Amino acid sequence: MRATTRYSLLLAAAVAWATLVLLTIGALHGANTPFGRETLRRPTRKWPRWQGADKFPRMAVGLVSSSSSSIDKRNRGVNELEAPEEGAHVGPKARHAERRPLLRDRQSCRMETCFNHSPCLAHGFTVYVYPRGKGERVSESYEKVLSVIRASPYYTANPRRACLLVPSLDMLDRDRLSSSYMHGLRSKLPSLPFWNGGHNHLLFNLYSGTWPDYSEDLGLDPGYAMVAKASISNDIFRPRFDVSLPLFSRDHPVRGGLPGALMSNDFPPSRHYLLAFKGKRYLTGIGSEVRNALHHLHNGRDVLLLTTCRHGKDWWRHRDPRCEEDNAQYDRYEYGDLLHNASFCLVPRGRRLGSFRFLEALQAACIPVILSNGWQLPFSEVIDWKRGAVVADERLLLQIPTIVRSVDSNQILALRQQTQFLWSSYFSSIDKIVLTTLEIIRDRIFSQSSRNFLLWNLPPGGLYSRPEFSTDPGRFPFYYTYLGTRPTKMFTGLIHVISPVVSQSQPLLRLIQAVARSKFCAKIVLIWTCDKPPPSRWMINPTTLTVIEAKNKSMSARFSPYEAVLTDAILNLDEDSVLSTDEVDFAFSVWLSFPDRIVGYPARSHFWDAARERWGYTSKWTNEYSMVLTGAAFYHRYYHHLYTYVAPRELRTMVDSLSNCEDILMNFLVSIVTQRPPIKVTHKKQYKDAMMQPGTRTSRWADPGHFAQRQSCTDAFASTFGFMPLRHSRTRLDPLLFKDQVSVLRKKYRDIERL
Amino acid sequence: MGPSGKSARGASLVPRMKTRHRLCYAALFSLLLLGLLSSGLLQFWPRENAVDVGDAPHVTRSPRDVADLPRVQLALEMPTPERGDMSCRMHTCFDVYRCGHNMRRRIKVYVYPPAHYVDARGVTVAHGFSREFNDLLSAISESEFYTDQPARACLLLPSVDMLSQQHLRLKETGQLLAQMHSWKRGSNHLLFNMLPGSVPDYNTALDVPRDRAFVAGGGFSTWTYRPGFDISIPVFSPFSEEVDLPHRPPGRRTWLIVSAQTNIHEEFREQLQTLEARYNEEVLLLERCVGLPPGRDSARTRCHGDHIYNYPEILQESSFCVVLRCARLGQPALSDALQAGCIPVILADSYILPFSEVLDWKRTAVVLAEDKLPEICTILKAISQRQIEDMQRQARFFWERYFSSMKVIALTTLHIINERIFPYAAHSYEHWNSPPEVCWRGVMNPLFLPLEPARARGFTAVVLTYDRLDSLLRVVTEIARTPSLAKVLVVWNNQNKDPPPSTVWPRLNVPLRVVQTQENKLSNRFFPYEEIETEAVLAIDDDIIMLTPDELQFGYEVWREFPDRLVGYPGRLHLWDHETGKWKYESEWTNEVSMVLTGAAFYHKYFNYLYTYKMPGDIKAWVDNHMNCEDIAMNFLVTNMTGKPPIKVTPRKKFKCPECTAQDGLSLDQTHMVERSECINKFVSVFGMMPLRSVEHRADPVLYKDDFPEKLKSFPNIGSL
Repeated sequence: MRATTRYSLLLAAAVAWATLVLLTIGALHGANTPFGRETLRRPTRKWPRWQGADKFPRMAVGLVSSSSSSIDKRNRGVNELEAPEEGAHVGPKARHAERRPLLRDRQSCRMETCFNHSPCLAHGFTVYVYPRGKGERVSESYEKVLSVIRASPYYTANPRRACLLVPSLDMLDRDRLSSSYMHGLRSKLPSLPFWNGGHNHLLFNLYSGTWPDYSEDLGLDPGYAMVAKASISNDIFRPRFDVSLPLFSRDHPVRGGLPGALMSNDFPPSRHYLLAFKGKRYLTGIGSEVRNALHHLHNGRDVLLLTTCRHGKDWWRHRDPRCEEDNAQYDRYEYGDLLHNASFCLVPRGRRLGSFRFLEALQAACIPVILSNGWQLPFSEVIDWKRGAVVADERLLLQIPTIVRSVDSNQILALRQQTQFLWSSYFSSIDKIVLTTLEIIRDRIFSQSSRNFLLWNLPPGGLYSRPEFSTDPGRFPFYYTYLGTRPTKMFTGLIHVISPVVSQSQPLLRLIQAVARSKFCAKIVLIWTCDKPPPSRWMINPTTLTVIEAKNKSMSARFSPYEAVLTDAILNLDEDSVLSTDEVDFAFSVWLSFPDRIVGYPARSHFWDAARERWGYTSKWTNEYSMVLTGAAFYHRYYHHLYTYVAPRELRTMVDSLSNCEDILMNFLVSIVTQRPPIKVTHKKQYKDAMMQPGTRTSRWADPGHFAQRQSCTDAFASTFGFMPLRHSRTRLDPLLFKDQVSVLRKKYRDIERL
Repeated sequence: MGPSGKSARGASLVPRMKTRHRLCYAALFSLLLLGLLSSGLLQFWPRENAVDVGDAPHVTRSPRDVADLPRVQLALEMPTPERGDMSCRMHTCFDVYRCGHNMRRRIKVYVYPPAHYVDARGVTVAHGFSREFNDLLSAISESEFYTDQPARACLLLPSVDMLSQQHLRLKETGQLLAQMHSWKRGSNHLLFNMLPGSVPDYNTALDVPRDRAFVAGGGFSTWTYRPGFDISIPVFSPFSEEVDLPHRPPGRRTWLIVSAQTNIHEEFREQLQTLEARYNEEVLLLERCVGLPPGRDSARTRCHGDHIYNYPEILQESSFCVVLRCARLGQPALSDALQAGCIPVILADSYILPFSEVLDWKRTAVVLAEDKLPEICTILKAISQRQIEDMQRQARFFWERYFSSMKVIALTTLHIINERIFPYAAHSYEHWNSPPEVCWRGVMNPLFLPLEPARARGFTAVVLTYDRLDSLLRVVTEIARTPSLAKVLVVWNNQNKDPPPSTVWPRLNVPLRVVQTQENKLSNRFFPYEEIETEAVLAIDDDIIMLTPDELQFGYEVWREFPDRLVGYPGRLHLWDHETGKWKYESEWTNEVSMVLTGAAFYHKYFNYLYTYKMPGDIKAWVDNHMNCEDIAMNFLVTNMTGKPPIKVTPRKKFKCPECTAQDGLSLDQTHMVERSECINKFVSVFGMMPLRSVEHRADPVLYKDDFPEKLKSFPNIGSL
């Protein structure tokens, strides 16, 4: 009895203790972990409900008034939401005048205040480059920058008609201790003939400031000029006025550039290492904080953050106990291996905010993890870096492995592809960097025809999606699947007529009839380059036929953006093409599936002529092709715009002077944009191949010189673009039942098989 | 010593007899009491050293009276905070350590308890709230961001209504901010303001001295906005709440341009009048009504001559609505235009558009420089009807998502800040900017980069087999003749039998691996096996022997050109059956194709992963249960993910020779077709739409059937049926 009581008592005591302990732990626990407490303990204290909350006054009076009749005249206009009636709020003219005082503060420069729009409105977006003064030294990099501007379609030699002016004074390196620092610019800049305080000038800079503080001071007065600068911090960056550049090295190529390193979309996409970095460790001074702490994250397995103290003249004087071990680790790994075998690459700030690591990582398809607080990322005005990089906070350095591990495979796949797109669209060569800079400024000035986010951030990117054509992504050939839309299901036939109409059996007339018979043909446009006037009557319905007298008879005029073309698709035809309606219809149905490519009939190929070390061109029947002739081909009408406004001027001039190769150039352009070969569809007659036979007809195709020209065109185009964009295809697209042993009646495109 | 003393006293009160017991009891009881007491104490102990300002009834949810708010008097010599630093950025003026690392990647927001603030002389500084401010704080406190514990908060919101600066006492408001218990120079404090500035100069940012606090403000200009720190928010229009404008589908409207703002500056009005005179048919310039009949609300009406229009309804009759700056940059007219699905034409130089950190205004509005006003007709007429309709859709979507209530404005603001703290967990551009119908229609191809996989990598043949060993061995021998074959992977789906020993397998130039599955499931064919090292996968049945090496090699070449598609041999088609009102499966020789059979098909290994882990709904289970239609499911999946139909290569129509068809083949065929049609309808219901797309082409070698010496052709040996 006593024992049982004692035991029960003991039990009770134990229970009591347990409760106590539990409660205490619970209480402490609740205070320590998030969410635990609210859910377990008590309701969250929320914002109270108020009596008569629905009768609380509005934040501003005047817009909604319940008793308008009682409002007297004096009070009638009071509307705090919009503006006061006192009416005399500052008008646009007065405001313009008011901005003048703002000008004194350079930091507040914006396009509205420090940029004079009138020359741009009068002459369009034109860029002038000052000639180099006598005895002036210009670094190789800056010479490249200037050459790109001079070759760009925006270049003007007339400073009075210039919207933007670029001095030839080399300001790329403003580090006083650097060997490429140019002296005496401080006085030279303001004495430029059209300086005018710097308005409308654009200055390029890669390095500014020097040891020990690396201030971003240019060491000269930029006046009201815009600054395109690498490593720019958002303290001094003037939004929508300055441009943030990537830091590129001395040997960055002018054109072409390295293609992205990604060769395949492997999946799962994780590489051998998770996160890698190899670079200098600064023992003291600005930027040392992050790099000194990197070793905390290094684990020797999948997170490899290797730093070395060995740099500068007297590193051993500042060395610390870790240097030796660091240096040993550092030497064990090859930088290139790390880049290509890591999923993520750390891009920490150096002495300056930006570093070479950034572009290197992008090129290597290693997703950059940016650790540089306050860095205005390159071209951040238009590029969405969230899609191509991980931007972290220096202060949360230790969280980085966790952050990086939390990026899932699908995200890595997308981020990695985006690094490659961004690299090859905007960074791989100096001409891309410079042109992107100019285009960003152009978009600001002509805001009504500027690119939206999609045009900049989806392939093929802002340089190839011209806003002058349209600001609507739906009108370009590139975004149909993204937007879930389709191209218009009609095409416009564009026929170039060079010989007069003399008989009713002429190929031209048969061609017009065959094309007009297609139910997808919206209109036929004849581009009349013949000296004799067109006949007054045609055999087909006149509403579907338009004749345009070509003003410009050059070869390139074939690809002028004709306003008469209202459909997305163009069927471009030479007058001597021979096509049946079935062939037209089938090719159009293929084009609807590939609206960004050239879909044509006869194909050609390029090849590397090893013996002569140049690119060659062949019209032989081969198992692969890389071009289709545009004398009979479907393509998107945007490509007329591309040809006329984006193709390098020198190449268009070359085409016009040769009266040849216009189709090769078109194939080059489209392949640059799509990075894909064109598409060849089957056709009945061996179009033009037949005419290649000597003696059949007097055509430009029969001329042997013609072929030699095409050889040299191919090579010349590749060297001007800096790379060979054409790609081979080994596929021809045929109708589904093509040459199948089934009744011809079952076939939709039976005419193609008839000979 | 407490408990022992207590028990001693207790002992004297009770009879002596069972002292030991009693002692025990008492000790126990006191312990219990102590336990309860301490736990209770811990519960109600303020966990933060900060003491909330008079918020005892804060806990209750019964309505409170504003008049009962505790009075807080500011001291005479209160410090005034600094005015606000233009160089502030998140990494300088914001204490990120307060936000901590949080697995949910969500910031926590604390709202200070409300009070009635008076200055040293007893004159009110802040008391009560506007309806908008109350809605704002209620929404935040109901949201997932909210916490009532300041120590755990990443963001702190003073409950002082600063939405309109109009009647604020600036200096005193600043002082009362500075005495908030966690102020610390204002870092991590967010101030909401919609109507900044006041007569006469109308500053574009809140003038209250605020030190490091950041501002969610309506009407920032580029000179007052600190990019990446402040947040530009819309000016809320009461019509969003008070007028129910039904959604009007995009389309043509009566007017091209309507201007319905009433406080436009004279100079702008003159320009608009010139426009109206010139484009009489297209431009409608509305003004405030004078001498309205009784009962008509002046705010809800606009007039043109004698004509009275209802506002904001009239905005629905126009394609474009002019939103000019007035004294302030931010105008509620922007919200009204968006609500009406009218494309705003925004003319307000230097204005930072609402939520421009995440919203792409170029797809929704026409933003022009003020001095372009005289040209707007020409500019707007150049916009195609298609684009107009896109923008109309976009406008209404922006209003619904980001303008329509104080709640969405508040939560959008917090989401944007959240994305800054956890940038790697940020939503995509599409999430912020694409209306649901566009998301639904459009496709972001997961393999969007135009890569051409190197030929040398080759492909892995994955052979699914059960027990047809002879035929399997023949298939393996056959496909081994394909030059680009890199590996053979046999998926052994028979659990009752072990795969044959290595001696039985043919000797190949490439590695051969056998994986044994746990269960006989069709989906094993599409499992992302680690053994698959190449990008290209050839799925092939164990009875497909008639494909020539040329055909296989050519199929691989075609896949390299179209690596994001299914590339297969026999094609199939889906058709809409008008009689039954259902989808139908078609295997006849047609002029169109929308699927390829995966009895032999090339595809990217990524699609194995998608099939196994991302297949929508119960399709995977359905396929395994029915032992059929895995190929249809794969076609659905790939076309849906990439927006691209498959590619049929070569004329091959059947896998089996015509003679092989047995007598009962016909009836078997019939049930087979019914089942396959059923699959299509089932999958359509799971996907919510029909993703398949049909095309009329197939891929053949460039010189196929051309009059050309066969020996010069790369792929001469292309079978016919």
